[in-house]
Amino acid sequence: MLDFIVASLADGLLLGFVYGIAAMGLSLIWGVMDVINLSHGSIMALGMFGIYFAFNDWGLHPYLTLVLVAGAGLLLGILIYSAAVHRVIDAPHLSTLLATFSVDMILIGIGTALLSTSPRNVDFTLGSISLGPITLPWVRLAAALAAILVAALLHLFLYRTRSGKSIRAVANNRAAAELMGIPSSRVLALSFGLGTMLATIAGALISTFFPFTVLAGGAYQLRSFVICVLGGLGNPLGALIGGLILGGLEGIIPAFMETSWVPVVEFILFVAMLLVRPAGLLRSKT
Amino acid sequence: MKQWRRPGLWLSLALTVAVSLWPVFASNKAYAREVAFTILKATALASSLNILLGYTGYVSFGHIVFFGLGGYVGFYLISVHSLPIYVGVLAAAASAALLAFLLGKAILRLRGAYFALATIGVNEAARAFIKNFDPFGGPTGMTLNFSVYRHYGGPNQALWIAYAAVAGLTLLVVLTSFLVKTSRFGLGLMAIRENEDAAEVMGVVAPSAKTWAYVISAVFPAMIGVLFFFKNGNIEPGDAFVLHQSIESIVMVMLGGQGTVLGPLLGAAAYQRLRGFLLVSPLFKNIQLTVSGVLLLVIILFVPAGLVGWLRGRFPPLRRVLE
Repeated sequence: MLDFIVASLADGLLLGFVYGIAAMGLSLIWGVMDVINLSHGSIMALGMFGIYFAFNDWGLHPYLTLVLVAGAGLLLGILIYSAAVHRVIDAPHLSTLLATFSVDMILIGIGTALLSTSPRNVDFTLGSISLGPITLPWVRLAAALAAILVAALLHLFLYRTRSGKSIRAVANNRAAAELMGIPSSRVLALSFGLGTMLATIAGALISTFFPFTVLAGGAYQLRSFVICVLGGLGNPLGALIGGLILGGLEGIIPAFMETSWVPVVEFILFVAMLLVRPAGLLRSKT
Repeated sequence: MKQWRRPGLWLSLALTVAVSLWPVFASNKAYAREVAFTILKATALASSLNILLGYTGYVSFGHIVFFGLGGYVGFYLISVHSLPIYVGVLAAAASAALLAFLLGKAILRLRGAYFALATIGVNEAARAFIKNFDPFGGPTGMTLNFSVYRHYGGPNQALWIAYAAVAGLTLLVVLTSFLVKTSRFGLGLMAIRENEDAAEVMGVVAPSAKTWAYVISAVFPAMIGVLFFFKNGNIEPGDAFVLHQSIESIVMVMLGGQGTVLGPLLGAAAYQRLRGFLLVSPLFKNIQLTVSGVLLLVIILFVPAGLVGWLRGRFPPLRRVLE
């Protein structure tokens, strides 16, 4: 029993890092511009299919493709921001929620028309490693490491570069940032792009060990909401911690009750968390 | 009562009655009934959502939870306990009202996007819970025994009864929507929408007003849910708590014009007709979702007030007629 818990917990925690990256994208966009990106899930699915086609059709190495997918995600985000979000950035929340939702509909509509909703998987393994009772597939370890690396790079970018500092300034107070000469529209577009980039990276990493469909992003998007609220909306570091908590829960709960109860626990926790501490376990800061 | 004389009320009611009566006179009655059922259901869902979304300014993304839970409660009573359909409908309304009241007390304290997220969480939690709840059939749901229809004079008769009930309910929703809008209570809700803190200073008891708006907007979807699943003959978690349907209701409200009585009617009818057209047209049927998405985006970006709002702004004399 204990062995099972330890193994399952380790599995869940590794997955938690990847969840954390997905949620970090959502959290970054929320923190900078108060927009909940409802197209997050379908953008994650694009990341999955990026790896799928690069691996199956061109035989490219998934981790190499990750860089390309991330770049495409960044550009796509900037495009989405300029086309759909910028005009309503100061409108009530309903407008931005529906604007990003319409992007989601567009992406999913194109996706299902071109690719159908049949399940796919990337047939890629690196063997596994055994540590006592735990056997971990290398793809999971690599995904967790990649997630940590991405999180570290994002941190460096936000705190050490000029663009990153502009993003934090705009998040803090857009009007004041504009008065200081920061081109806020460009910074907002960049932040949105970074958010979608993180979504595609998370999707790409997930595709190396789970099967997926065009619609697979939806479930991960809901998880990202839960994680963001656990870690505090708008707090990228909190998102990583929230991801670990959720991954851990997904690892532990099956040891005590049926797996189908996992979402019940997750969403009750989510609503309770919103009610009790909407700012998250850590206090929200950007 | 002066509000009975307002043309806006009669226009909305007349439109609803016209759609309801269409199948009676149509040549292919069964087909027309199915189409009208879908439109009326969408109208009722959109109109009741509008009370919370349009008047009060609270974006409920998971409003379909009441449709699903109400449907489940009513379906359970009808199929397992063989109770008559009106008992199921009333029980669904009562349980939705109770749930909305308790839930509203808790989550209506959240504002803006936090509230929207919480409603998504509630819907997903409900779906996941029902999937594991064995009395309601767990993941496979429940199916109505065919013999149940015998109490209503055969399946065909039962479908017409369900249809008539939906038509009556939709009329009731439209009437309620109008009465709320023109009442003192509605004025309080709109004050909350414009500025909640200022409204409280002016003497609107915001927490209780919001909760009642939430209860009213939850009761009707629950009743519609019972009739819809009674008509379908089966219910399962995947059909009852479709987040996407919830968002479609928001789209209909936005399309027609949020905060107006007529808007959700027009929005629902237009959206359903468009969807029907796209689904059967050879050119668009595969890419139906994308076309709807583009249309939605254009409306959000360029006509945020919706059709009725735009007409009211453009042609001031129409304001007396379009409410």
